[in-house]
Amino acid sequence: MSTARTITKYKFAGFGGQGVLFIGKVLAQAGMLAKQQVTWIPAYGPEMRGGTANCSVIISSKKIGSPTVGKPNVAIVMNEASYLKFIDTVVPGGTLYVNSSLIPELPGRVDIRIVRVPVNEIAHEMGDEKVANIVMLGVMQAMIPAVPDDILEKVLLQLAGKKPALAEQNMRALKAGKEYAMNL
Amino acid sequence: MALLMKGNEAIAEAAIQAGCRLFYGYPITPSTEIPEYMAKKMKAVGGTYLQAESEVAAIYMVYGAGAVGERVMTGTSSPGFSLMQEGLSFLFAAEIPCVIVDVMRGGPGLGGLGPTQADYFQLTKGGGHGDYHAIVLAPSSVQEMVDLTKESFDLADCYRNLVIIAVDGILGQMMEPVEFPPFKGRKLEPKDWAASGAEGRPKNNVISYYLTPELGESENIRWGDKMSMMKEAEQRFVEYEMEDADYAFVAFGTSARITETAIDILREEGIKVGLFRPVTLWPFPEKGLTARLDQIKGWMSIELSAGQMIEDLKLVVNGKAPVGFHGRMGGMTPEPEDVVTAFKEQLLGGVQG
Repeated sequence: MSTARTITKYKFAGFGGQGVLFIGKVLAQAGMLAKQQVTWIPAYGPEMRGGTANCSVIISSKKIGSPTVGKPNVAIVMNEASYLKFIDTVVPGGTLYVNSSLIPELPGRVDIRIVRVPVNEIAHEMGDEKVANIVMLGVMQAMIPAVPDDILEKVLLQLAGKKPALAEQNMRALKAGKEYAMNL
Repeated sequence: MALLMKGNEAIAEAAIQAGCRLFYGYPITPSTEIPEYMAKKMKAVGGTYLQAESEVAAIYMVYGAGAVGERVMTGTSSPGFSLMQEGLSFLFAAEIPCVIVDVMRGGPGLGGLGPTQADYFQLTKGGGHGDYHAIVLAPSSVQEMVDLTKESFDLADCYRNLVIIAVDGILGQMMEPVEFPPFKGRKLEPKDWAASGAEGRPKNNVISYYLTPELGESENIRWGDKMSMMKEAEQRFVEYEMEDADYAFVAFGTSARITETAIDILREEGIKVGLFRPVTLWPFPEKGLTARLDQIKGWMSIELSAGQMIEDLKLVVNGKAPVGFHGRMGGMTPEPEDVVTAFKEQLLGGVQG
């Protein structure tokens, strides 16, 4: 399973603690296991101390030249500052996933698809607001699968390490995200 | 099986696999994952990680460990690298093999953590006092960071010389799939010069000066011969789309990666461009460049600095073709489209470099 593009560039952004670097890593690892070329770059700087955090991921069927992502095909914004910072960077025809729990209705764009998902509420209902990032990953995977489902799940289990409770919670969050996307 | 690994961690793992058992350093972003990884792993392999009180102390700890013949490494970032310069000059003169990683950060001054290549002059022209050069390796992917790190220890031992691995913040922080294939090294001479205990043999001194100007000069001449040998034997480069190219970019590290994408864009428009990527910044790959001089109508240096490598490029091109430049500074990177625009303006627009 692959998208129509041979190369997809992602930007994951939020504030520190929302797990945007983590879901980027999950996607990159899954891409690698799906035999794609991948790169993952964290934004590295004063952002790490309380402001916005972000990472850039590229999944490609051929060798990756530039690993930087100035103009993503897909952007995930988990807080308002990230929305404002990245909405104009998404390429026309791209997709912007918006955490509507924290980001109010703001001026948008007509040439990209904007998907608003209240991931904090969904995660809260599951009993753990910390997995809001995984819910968003589930939404993305349901709408435009980046990698085969089984590989994504395998990686999510692997990265939970020796914490079965966390692994189970992550799997539930992924499923919740997918289900939400089905009803959009 | 491939692993997804950060560049800094990949360098540290590769060093351990190459037999490096001693690491001395003072943590500084964006190189900190190197000491961090060493701190975690060195004990398990019977080695030592030691956090020095400063970079000045760290480089002289490297001196000591190298002088007794051990494989030793340090890792730092630009301001820390500056602090090490006196030590590097001493290490060169005492001919102590060692590997230094410089994960460059912005400058001059404190600088930011974003990607930059602005240490080029300092890396390739000496940096410390006296007539000397380190071998400087510039990988452009995490896999190449592994491969060159493994080889760097052999290079250091082979020539009894400093080897510096120079990367920017993106390469240090980026994760890419890597493999650690078995490494077939060079045949190396035993380190019979090392101060490793003199029982049963005359003692060895591993020092940088012998207190007479006559010896000072003859040693300099000998070192010069050694540098000529390295210059002859160790120039390395990789070419991309050069076979039929009319124009060529010269870039290393992250800017080479960005340039590859710019080349793909230009090629789609039917413009025949290629990339000449120095893998050794010193010795600068003059021979490979010279071989392309008759073919290339215009050159362009793409750097994350105000333009430093372009001076070496111009020395080789020597007026035979225009040489353009595009660079970003302070931790910013150009988009591939910016490189395309600069190329068209400077080389297709007829502006002479």
